[in-house]
Amino acid sequence: MSRVFVHGQGAVSPAGWGLPALRASLKNERPLPAQSLARPGWDKPLLVRIVPPPLVRPAFLAHPRLRRASPMTHYAVGAALEALGQDADLIRSGGLQLGIVTCTLTGGISYSRRFYEEVLQNPATASPMIFPETVFNSSASHLAAYLGSSVVNYTLVGDAGTFLQGLAVAAGWLDSGMAEACVIIGAEELDWTAADALRLFDRRAVHASGAGAIYLKTLHPAGVPVELAAVTDSFAATRAPGRHEAARKMRAQLPVGASDELLCASECDNSAWNDWPGELLTPTEILGEGFTAAAAWQCVAVCDAIQQSRCVAANVSITGQSLQAIAARFVNPTFLKTQTRT
Amino acid sequence: MLFPLPKTPRPRRIVVTGAGVITAFGAGWKINAEGFRSGRTAFRPVTLFDVTRQRCKIAAEIDLPGDLPPNRLSRGDLRRLQRASRLLLLAGAEAWDQAGWTPDGRLPLVLGTTSGEMCLGQEYLLQALQTPLCFKRQTERVTHYLVQQQGINLANALGVEAEVITISNACASGANAIGHAWQLVREGRADRVLTGGYDALCHMTYAGFDTLQVLSPTPCRPFDAGRDGLTLGEGAALLALEDLNSAQRRDAEILGEIIGYAATMDTHHLTQPQPEGNAALAAMRAACASAGVTPEQIDYVNAHGTATPQNDIAETAAIQTWAGARAATLPVSSTKAGIGHLLGAAGAVEAVVSLMALRGQWLPPETSLETPDPACRFQVVRQPIDAKIKTTLSNSCGFGGANATLIFKRWP
Repeated sequence: MSRVFVHGQGAVSPAGWGLPALRASLKNERPLPAQSLARPGWDKPLLVRIVPPPLVRPAFLAHPRLRRASPMTHYAVGAALEALGQDADLIRSGGLQLGIVTCTLTGGISYSRRFYEEVLQNPATASPMIFPETVFNSSASHLAAYLGSSVVNYTLVGDAGTFLQGLAVAAGWLDSGMAEACVIIGAEELDWTAADALRLFDRRAVHASGAGAIYLKTLHPAGVPVELAAVTDSFAATRAPGRHEAARKMRAQLPVGASDELLCASECDNSAWNDWPGELLTPTEILGEGFTAAAAWQCVAVCDAIQQSRCVAANVSITGQSLQAIAARFVNPTFLKTQTRT
Repeated sequence: MLFPLPKTPRPRRIVVTGAGVITAFGAGWKINAEGFRSGRTAFRPVTLFDVTRQRCKIAAEIDLPGDLPPNRLSRGDLRRLQRASRLLLLAGAEAWDQAGWTPDGRLPLVLGTTSGEMCLGQEYLLQALQTPLCFKRQTERVTHYLVQQQGINLANALGVEAEVITISNACASGANAIGHAWQLVREGRADRVLTGGYDALCHMTYAGFDTLQVLSPTPCRPFDAGRDGLTLGEGAALLALEDLNSAQRRDAEILGEIIGYAATMDTHHLTQPQPEGNAALAAMRAACASAGVTPEQIDYVNAHGTATPQNDIAETAAIQTWAGARAATLPVSSTKAGIGHLLGAAGAVEAVVSLMALRGQWLPPETSLETPDPACRFQVVRQPIDAKIKTTLSNSCGFGGANATLIFKRWP
C-alpha cells in the first residue's frame, strides 16, 4: 500500500480567503462576528457567518465556466487552487493526472431554492441557466474544466464526516493508480433554508459557508512532511443512544494520544474523548457550522499545526450532529520514526 | 479502517450474487426481465405532481407496491419513508435476499443518486414560505431529505451495520457507485458491498429538464433520426457484490461477473458532451483495459442513449471510434426507450439489464425506434432477439461531464 502525504491545504472561510486568514482566526480563539441573514416571514433575521469578499478578485472568476457559477463553486475552486499551488499549472498542461473528490451536504442550495421558487411561480419561465448549477456535481465539474482534469472525479454527498470518507476514497485512487494526485474539497454555501434547517437541530449553531481543500500525493513532500496516517471506519450514529457507542468504536481505532498531539473536534461534549491528553481545538465555535467545509477546515488546521511544529500528530474527529462517527489522523512521519505510540 | 488500505497480493474477481430492481415495468427481476426482453414501453401522463404548466407531460412513473418487503424498521420509521427511500428499500431487499447474505459484520453501502428525497426539500421550502412560523414535521423533513439517511434507512431495514457512501455524479451516479464498490472489493478493502442507484421523480427535477428543453413531449427514441429529447423515469437497482472465492465458499448463485470499470470527466460544457464523445471514448477504452478485453470481445453495448440530439451523436461517435471495424456488427441499444432516464438510478438499472441479458442470452430491443440515425454505423437492436453473448459493456454519461463504463461477463 502506498503512503499518502499532504502536499497542500486551502481554505475559504468566514475568516477570509486563504489559509493565513484561517490560521489567524483560530489563533485568536474568539468566535468571528456573525452577520444577519433575512429569513422570509420572520421579523428577526438568522445569524450566519459569511465568507467576506476576497481582498483581490481571484483571476479564476473570469473563467467562462465560473462567471455564473454558485458561491459554493467559487469557494471550492478558491480552496482547491490554494491547495494545489504551482501544481495547478502542471495539471493544466497535462503533466499530472488529478483526481477530484468534492464533498458537500447542501450543494448549490441557493440556486436550488431560487430555481424551485421560480418553478412554483411559473415553471414555463423558470431559468434554464440556474438549473444545471443546482446539480450536486456542478462545482466538481467547473473545477475539472478550469484545470482541464479529465480523470476520475466524484462528488460525495453527506454530512461533515463525508469529507473524511473522501480522504479515504482519494487514497484508494492514489494506491490503485487511477490518479497521480488528488484534491479533496469540502464546500458549502449560505442560504436561509439551510440556516433555518440547522436551527431546528441546534438553536446555538451559526451556519457558515466556505470551503477547505487537502491535496494528496504519494511522493514525500519537501519541508515538514504531513502524512495521512489513518481514516477510521464510519460508524452510523443516527440515534442518540447509539452515538456514544459509535464514537467509542471510532476512538478505539486510533492511538490513545499524547500530550504533544492535537485533537480537532466538531463537538467537545463527546465522552469518547474525555481522556484526551493533548491540546483541543474546536474551530466550529470560532468559524461556525459549515458541514463538510467545517470538516475540511479542521483537517487544514491540523495539517497546518503539524507543519508549524505545534504538534507531531493530530486527530480530526467528526461526531455530534453528524450521522456518523469518523476520524482521521495526520502525523509528522519524521517524528514518528523515533517514537513508538500505541 | 478506511485507511490505511489492506494489502492484496493481486486483484480479486468480483461477482454479483444478488440483484434487485424496480422500474416503471414493476418491482423485481422477473417482470423487468420480461419488459426489457420484449421491448415494452412504460410511459404515461405524469400524476405525481402538477405538470399542466410544463411543456412536457409524460414520464415513466412507478406504481409503488402497497406493501414493503419484510424488514426491521419500526412502524414510525416506515411511515416516514418517502418515495425514493421506498424504491431503494424494495431494490435493496430483493438484492439482499437473492444474495442470501446475513447481517453479520460491517457492510459498505455505496449508493448513487442525483436527487435523493428532493420531494421533502420541496415540501420544506413550501411550508417555510407559506407558513413561516409553523415548524410541524420540518425536522423530520430535513432528517429524511439527507441522502445519507436514506442509505442508513436501508441498512436499518436489513439489520446491518453499514458504512454509507453516496456518490452524486449526476446521471453517472449509479454506474460510479457500482464501479467504486467493485474497486473496494477488488482491492481487498471490503469483502462484500451492497451498491447501486436510486432516484424518484420530483417536480423540481422534472421542471429543470423541461426548462432546458431536453425533454421530449413524446416517448423518447434513442438513436432515432427524429429523436427530440429524453423522457424521465424513476427507479432503483442494487447489486450484491462479493469476492468470487467468498461466493463459491457460500455456494451462492452467481448472476454474473463485473470485470471492468473506468470513470472519466468531460470538461467541454456543464450540460453538453464534447461532440466527439472524447470522455465516453476514454471511459470505454480504460474500462476495456481494466477488464483485459478488446472491442471485438464485447457482444452488446447498453448505451447511455438519452435520445437528446447532443448525447446520442457524441456517444455514437465514441462507440464507433472505440469499436473500429467491430462497430458494423456491434449490437447496441438504450433501455431508456422503455423506462426513461432514471438519472442516478440509470447506470445501476442498466447494469441489472446487462446481467439479465447475459443470464437469459437475449438483447434488449428499442421497439419504438422508427428510423435509425444514419450516423449510427452500429446495429441498433430493434426487435426482441436471442443472442449468444458473453461480455457486455454499459455506458453512463452525466451532467457535469461525469462518464463511467462498466463491463460485465456471463457466469460461468
